[in-house]
Amino acid sequence: MLAITNLHKSFAAIRAVDGVSFGVEPGQLVGLLGPNGAGKTTTVSMIAGLVTPDQGSVTIAGVAVSSDSDPVKRRLGLVPQDLALYDELTARANLRLFGSLYGLSGEALDRAIGSSLTLVGLSDRADDRVKTFSGGMKRRLNLAAGLLHDPDIVLLDEPTVGVDPQSRNAIFDNLEQLKSRGKALLYTTHYMEEAERLADRIVIMDHGRVLANDTLSGLRARMAPGADGKTRLAEAGGEGGASLETLFLTLTGRNLRD
Amino acid sequence: MGLTAFLALVRKDLQLFFSDRRSVILTFAVPIAIASFFGSIFRGSSDNDEPAKISIAIVDRDGSAISKAIVSGIHADKSLATSMPALDQARAAVQRGDVAVAVIVPPGFGDAAGRAFLSQGDKPQVDLLFDPSRGAELAMVRGVLTGHVMEAVGKEVFGGAQGRTIVDETLRQLDSSALPAGTRDTLRTLLQSVQQLNQQSGQTGGPAIAVPFRVKEDAVTGGANTQYNGYAHSFAGMGIQFLLFAAIELAMGILIERQLGIWKRFRSAPLSRFTLLAARGASGTIITLLTLLVSFAFAMIVFGVKIHGSVIGFAAIAVACSIMAATFGLFVAALGKTAAATRRVATFAVLIMVMLGGAWVPSFIFPAWLQRITVVIPARWAVDGLDAMTWRGLGLDAAIMPTLVLLGFAVLFGVLTVVKFRWEEA
Repeated sequence: MLAITNLHKSFAAIRAVDGVSFGVEPGQLVGLLGPNGAGKTTTVSMIAGLVTPDQGSVTIAGVAVSSDSDPVKRRLGLVPQDLALYDELTARANLRLFGSLYGLSGEALDRAIGSSLTLVGLSDRADDRVKTFSGGMKRRLNLAAGLLHDPDIVLLDEPTVGVDPQSRNAIFDNLEQLKSRGKALLYTTHYMEEAERLADRIVIMDHGRVLANDTLSGLRARMAPGADGKTRLAEAGGEGGASLETLFLTLTGRNLRD
Repeated sequence: MGLTAFLALVRKDLQLFFSDRRSVILTFAVPIAIASFFGSIFRGSSDNDEPAKISIAIVDRDGSAISKAIVSGIHADKSLATSMPALDQARAAVQRGDVAVAVIVPPGFGDAAGRAFLSQGDKPQVDLLFDPSRGAELAMVRGVLTGHVMEAVGKEVFGGAQGRTIVDETLRQLDSSALPAGTRDTLRTLLQSVQQLNQQSGQTGGPAIAVPFRVKEDAVTGGANTQYNGYAHSFAGMGIQFLLFAAIELAMGILIERQLGIWKRFRSAPLSRFTLLAARGASGTIITLLTLLVSFAFAMIVFGVKIHGSVIGFAAIAVACSIMAATFGLFVAALGKTAAATRRVATFAVLIMVMLGGAWVPSFIFPAWLQRITVVIPARWAVDGLDAMTWRGLGLDAAIMPTLVLLGFAVLFGVLTVVKFRWEEA
């Protein structure tokens, strides 16, 4: 559904993304992990059309995005890391705007707003101003805004930052539902337990490159003793028990990143 | 899809604008309050209103017929409010700022001025003590004083008792004068003729020579029955200023949307750059136009401002001005990085623009060189254009150039916006 091939992007002398390739299939959630500055956000930005790649391609269902207004972008939904909402407007007015950006109007828009609000459990607050919402409610509304137009691919950039366990759990349930409906989800996060719980495949990036792209079990297998002549898994905690965080730190190192 | 999104973006901006009631009230109330203040200062004179007068003090230390005539003339002058304190009090009044100028007529002024009028003796000196912060009023007082002195001395020399004495004395002293012989003879003939005239006017009862003209003041406005309304100018000026401030808010909106990540949603949607900018331009035009029209509506209802010229011309200028302001806002957003820093710089730019554009005070009081260079300021065209359509009462043809120039500025700001706008959202 989503194919990223050999993406490159530099900002002045800094090579932010350096030959990144991976894909996301329908009904699959791919966890995109990496330390700060690894190139995750730039990669997601290029997929969403926010940043133009220096090289490489992004295809959606086999079609490359040709312009800003290319209709194929309708198959893509973005849930940005920021709470990209208007506090002064009601939840419904926010969703009405964001749905209209994708050409929704009239009854179709009303239906989309209703089902999105139901999905994230905010139907009873539809006509309240967003500024009266808690952080968790805003996060859920942020998610709803990215799903309004029923995209085939959803890009989720750290969608659970700063939310309480209840809201986080509700968001996880929403994502499971989306997977079951055949949506392709690309999910960036710093929380390893989220990736362990949700991701069908895990892509680990650092210094703009993909270090690993596999299932969790595949990653564990790749790290097993003897696979590369070293005994990293043993150091990490024993056969079959290595956490994703341990694997992540083993791949990306323990140096602090700012 | 483009039109649906376009309309939704415009509606969103209007919703956001009207969602903050306090801000809306301030947006409309502040320009009205300031324009009302400026209008009350520059409203001009009408049948019912006393024009603003320059307050001056006169100290007559001479007491001659001529000095009394000068004082009397100044007293009667409509543009001056006079008082007659002692010298020390006059100086203190100037120092306090109670009067703009104190006119000191020295002892012996009348005789000396009469003789000097006939080319005899030194010119006497009138001292003007003035408030240095009111230089413009000094210039006006100097002009008014010159007129009254010339009138008083001329009348006295050619018909007054003091004048007769001066003429007689001058004739007696003419032989000892240092003037060349030919000039002396000509002057003698002239003075003898004046003596004759004075004797004849004494018999007929009136001065033989009088001020040779009268002044009829006629304000040239939109029509014979149309009086100048200073509120028309002040509301045009303040309307333009706050319309540009509203444009800055438009720019702030874009920068804050970037900060909040909302712009990422816009950019990830299947929307052209033109749609995104045009929607902002459209909502900005509506809001700025509303700002201007509400101000003028108030001025019309409360202060009787009228469009004496072309209503279509007024509408064309107002719309062109709003489009210019909206594109200016987009240009500010294109240049700006953070909302706070950009607001400071943009506010400064707008204040300079409206000041040089004649929004605060009419541009005719600017130096000539400044009047020439301010044609590159869009606010100047806007204010002059609105003046032309309101109190000047000019026709549609007078609106064409300001409208075209304002639209030209809009195109310029629009092109610069497209060139400078940061589209990438890293």
